[in-house]
Amino acid sequence: MLAAQQRPRLIDERGLRTDGRRPDELRPIRIELGVLKNADGSAIFEMGNTKVIAAVYGPKEMHPRHMALPDRTVLRVRYHMTPFSTDERKNPAPSRREIELSKVIREALESAILTELFPRATIDVFMEVLQADAGTRLVSLMAASMALADAGIPMRDLIAGVAVGKADGVLVLDLNEAEDMWGEADMPIAMMPSLNKVVLFQLNGTMTPEELRQALELAKKGIAEIYQLEKKAIKEKFVEVS
Amino acid sequence: MSVTSDRLQTIVSNVKKASILKALERGVRLDNRKPDEYRPLSITLGYAKKADGSALVKLGDTMVLAGTKLEMDEPFPDTPNQGNLMVNVELLPLAYETFEPGPPDENAIELARVVDRSLRDSKAVDLSKLVIIPGKKVWSLWVDVYVLDFAGNVMDASTIAAVAAIYNTKLPKVEVNGEEVKVLTERTDVTPLAYPVVTLTAAKVGNFVVIDPNLEEESIADAKLSISYTPDMRIVGIQKSLGGAMKLEEIPQIEEVTRKAANRLFSELKNTFGIA
Repeated sequence: MLAAQQRPRLIDERGLRTDGRRPDELRPIRIELGVLKNADGSAIFEMGNTKVIAAVYGPKEMHPRHMALPDRTVLRVRYHMTPFSTDERKNPAPSRREIELSKVIREALESAILTELFPRATIDVFMEVLQADAGTRLVSLMAASMALADAGIPMRDLIAGVAVGKADGVLVLDLNEAEDMWGEADMPIAMMPSLNKVVLFQLNGTMTPEELRQALELAKKGIAEIYQLEKKAIKEKFVEVS
Repeated sequence: MSVTSDRLQTIVSNVKKASILKALERGVRLDNRKPDEYRPLSITLGYAKKADGSALVKLGDTMVLAGTKLEMDEPFPDTPNQGNLMVNVELLPLAYETFEPGPPDENAIELARVVDRSLRDSKAVDLSKLVIIPGKKVWSLWVDVYVLDFAGNVMDASTIAAVAAIYNTKLPKVEVNGEEVKVLTERTDVTPLAYPVVTLTAAKVGNFVVIDPNLEEESIADAKLSISYTPDMRIVGIQKSLGGAMKLEEIPQIEEVTRKAANRLFSELKNTFGIA
């Protein structure tokens, strides 16, 4: 739908974005834990109009056995978009993009999960994008992080992430779809906030080295906000259970 | 599905790992390089004669061959005044003991997509030069990068090989009669490369950062950061890889190191190989 349109103005004369947000403002976030009966842990994570469901199975015995690793758990991670998550139907076969994102998400989870506690075992993490409206890799990663916490799997920290972009030359926090499509840059970054460690970091588009430094500062601020909401969601689940 | 695997890792003994870290404490590497030093680079343009453009790149012991092919195509409806660019990377079974034949796996796909984004976002490939009849006929530029010897930092070598092969590509002369296009055997002097891009990879090994990691360094690294640059030092792509993490403050520090190395690499491309 958007592809046929002319490039819209991304920042108006008041300095606001196409959805009325300030450049440093996040979209509304909703987190729900334990949404699936069968999975050991699950979560729905919404950020604006992006919505992802994640499920965790394990730790469990690794099959086939020869794939098991003697010193740590094998993670099996799938990021997948439902065909109805985008404006035009997405072919459900895994695209090259989904294969790449499954890899960067797995690598991010490897650094958070204490995989050395479960040698020879496997943990499965599945993410389905239900609505795609920019930021799906990060919302998927955060949904996975919440599902892992819901499953009680030991982690060094929760993962919080946000994309910083450049729209009409202005650095903006948490890109929306128009900014993702028409903006000059998209820099997704995810961290373990208490440890100050970056677990996922990419950039496509162009930035100057100076803009990169400003973008990292902006991301840090957004990540701190999201992290508080994640901790709140976990505490709320515990209150419900007890 | 992405699965944890040690297939890309050489088995590096704890003794070797300790000696790599011990040497880095003294500011040297086991192959006698300084932490910010690139391995010797060689580029042979036109190595594969049937390709429209090709380049054999050696970076230390790493060897990568890139070849291009031009095919006449229709443009995408939303970009009538642009040709098409397609990048593919293959990790060949002859390149490393544990590599198997088959369609590109996640590692090959990631390499291809990082190279593709670097070339595309930088506008280093001038896609408007690939237009024959606007909206009707364009060239599709296929860039196939074949990894022949997997000896560390295949990422940077792949970008160099792709850039050099595109630089080596000269568009054929064509005769246009209305909507009829006749491709002649002669070539123009026109290359689709507007300017080179480079990707610089730094690896975090223990508390140290090294540029252009060799295979042993890569296999004990916690994380790698690959940053792509244009000659005017715009950043045109970043990819963090491997299952470890780095501190937020380390990113600007690493970027300063990779930027300096990128500057040196651009000088070498220009002065030694004439690619500018």
